[in-house]
Amino acid sequence: MSAPLISLRRCCQRAAGLLVARRHWSSSSASPPSLVSRSLDFLAQRFYDVEALLNWKSRIGKDQLRKKNLYYGYTHKHYGPDIASAYYILNLGGGFRFVGQSEWFRADSRGKFNWDFLNYKDTPVEEVDMSHTIINYVGLSNLERQHLRTLKLQGCPEVDDWFLAGLHKFQDSLEELDISHCPRITVGGLAALRNLSHLKHLNVSSLPRISNPGLVIILLEEMLPQCQIRADGYDLSLPQAGREKSEERLEAER
Amino acid sequence: MCALRRLHRSVRTLRGSFTRGSLTCTAVTQWQPGRCGGLTFCQKLSTGGALRSDFLKDLGAQLAAAKKKAADSLPGSNWTPFEINPSLPPETADIVIVGGGVMGWSIAYWLKQKERFSKDMRVLVVERDPTYSQASTVLSAGGIRQQFSLLENIHLSLESADFMRNINEHLSVVNEDPVDLQFNQSGYLFLASEAVAHVMEQNYNTQRCAGAKVSLFSPQQVKEKFPWINTEGVALASYGLENEGWFDPWTLLNAFRRKAMSMGVIQCFGEVADFKHMKQVMMTKNGEQMERRTIKSVKVQMPNSLEYQPVDCALVVNAAGAFSGKLAELVGIGLDPKDSLAGFSVPVEPRKRYVYVVHCPDGPGLDSPFLIDYSGVYFRREGLGGNYICGVSPEEAEEPDTSNLEVDHQFFEDKVWPKLANRVPAFEELKVTSAWAGFYDYNTFDQNGIIGIHPLINNMYFATGFSGHGLQHSPAVGRAVAELILDGEFKTLDLSGLSFQRILMQEPMLERNIV
Repeated sequence: MSAPLISLRRCCQRAAGLLVARRHWSSSSASPPSLVSRSLDFLAQRFYDVEALLNWKSRIGKDQLRKKNLYYGYTHKHYGPDIASAYYILNLGGGFRFVGQSEWFRADSRGKFNWDFLNYKDTPVEEVDMSHTIINYVGLSNLERQHLRTLKLQGCPEVDDWFLAGLHKFQDSLEELDISHCPRITVGGLAALRNLSHLKHLNVSSLPRISNPGLVIILLEEMLPQCQIRADGYDLSLPQAGREKSEERLEAER
Repeated sequence: MCALRRLHRSVRTLRGSFTRGSLTCTAVTQWQPGRCGGLTFCQKLSTGGALRSDFLKDLGAQLAAAKKKAADSLPGSNWTPFEINPSLPPETADIVIVGGGVMGWSIAYWLKQKERFSKDMRVLVVERDPTYSQASTVLSAGGIRQQFSLLENIHLSLESADFMRNINEHLSVVNEDPVDLQFNQSGYLFLASEAVAHVMEQNYNTQRCAGAKVSLFSPQQVKEKFPWINTEGVALASYGLENEGWFDPWTLLNAFRRKAMSMGVIQCFGEVADFKHMKQVMMTKNGEQMERRTIKSVKVQMPNSLEYQPVDCALVVNAAGAFSGKLAELVGIGLDPKDSLAGFSVPVEPRKRYVYVVHCPDGPGLDSPFLIDYSGVYFRREGLGGNYICGVSPEEAEEPDTSNLEVDHQFFEDKVWPKLANRVPAFEELKVTSAWAGFYDYNTFDQNGIIGIHPLINNMYFATGFSGHGLQHSPAVGRAVAELILDGEFKTLDLSGLSFQRILMQEPMLERNIV
């Protein structure tokens, strides 16, 4: 009788420990995990079946990501590279514009899209908007023609440093790149943008994993002198000076 | 276990009663109510426990005091018959990996990854330096490149880069932080002079055929892309566009270690002092007698003590890096006269290489690649604050003494700085802020890795002699060695060219370097 009681008590103690944020020391996680994920963590430590379920869920998620980003070899073979990239973009929920056209093809919020793009065989894609999609390094192989001029990747959770390094295949054409709000990009990846020598506009706003944004932006401007760099969402003011100023203001008010 | 402990206690009380008659009483009374105490403690959780708690607390304190007194008065008071040193390795293991650097842990990880049932085999990793303060892994510059001339090396690099790209699918542990390698996608830039430009072009073709994303630049293009380089004397340059750069070696090592230990690999800090092996005498066709050895057990000596533990094992993996040649000598390899078949040793020896950290505020910025000049000097950026690390490989005749890891600062003044400042004029005004030295596992035969089983030892696998590329190739080599052990052959990547065969046949596989 006593053994389950003791284990129950231990269980309660650990639950109390959970309420304290566990990963204060880690630099990589930007925000403390939510209560739901923490309690799931706890249950996974306690029960094997919860752990198995969580593993199963993450495996399914990874599998889905992999399947969505597969190389569209069949479409490529039968319809050509441009239709393949167009189909890939629409399947992922992005939008694009063909060279010489003014209208954009986009998937709607439910993932449905117009199949008219099939009429534009052998017309390369010029502008691509993949914002808030799950494009990753493997999926980049679907965008292979060298005519891409604009690429928008705002808030893509799977865009990382390796993805940025893979952009070198558009080095002779890409003029505008938007990688704002991407949670996985670090300074190591921004260094890979030096290959894009024709870049004219670059948006690096609100990248959460950049530690010294002021310095990084200066170095980026030095590296890409002909490029206009937009970087919003960073707190570039000196914290010390700001506090003194507000104190002065307080004193003046008195 | 409980019964064992009880037995142990009673032995102690008996001993007490024999040595000091006066103690018998206390020791026995101490033990008897102790068990009752255990019972009543469990009842504490029920509602009636509050009344007794004071009494129990007192009793507990008294018991603890009595126990301490009894233990102190025993001769050799710290001695207990069943205590063992918890840091000792187990008495048996299936596979013992000697060397807990990145290569050893990578092999351990892949072995566990490939086993069919969990707990199928017991893998032990023996590392002699618990702080990793002298480990080659963490003292390296941490670069990865595809610009080699041998297909094997290019494929190893490509596979390793692929592993690092998906590192969190391989090495993330449930409920732990994801691995952040701090990879800098900055590429390598090789500069070639007129004399070696044709070699660079051939290497470039090989690399493109193997699938590496490399491009060739003329001196004008180099000047355009990297205006801070002095292109005097440069005839051709090759530049890696993808999968090249540098990362934090310590993170990679720790990620491998954390994952492998979570999968059940046993870690032990100690030095392999000896092997117990069996000899089997055979005759060659020419009538020459030779011995084939089979390792039975590994003697693991604890650090800073005379304590040791023999570990019976089926297989030994030699991943001791710079000291793997010495390790092979313990089995008796390379001790016979040079000309005989049994006398050919493992051609790996430690070589000392200096790495200097310099500060130069006007140096190249974010676009600076890992530059390797044809004079042999290299440098890379370290962080964003105008710090760089640089170095050069010394001439064969001027190899420094390898008994310690002291840095020769004159070497920087004489050999590194002039060449560096010639290539990048901004480095005229640099300041050395610190320096360190590390060991290369230098393969004196052909400066390439040795992967495979030793022809004269039945059960010792080698993964050594990478001569500076070990860190960047470790993920792919770990998998290859695990395949060799568990499947008996290379499955994903054919590395049979890097086996011992080439040393036996005296056919070196040399890199066609431009340096």
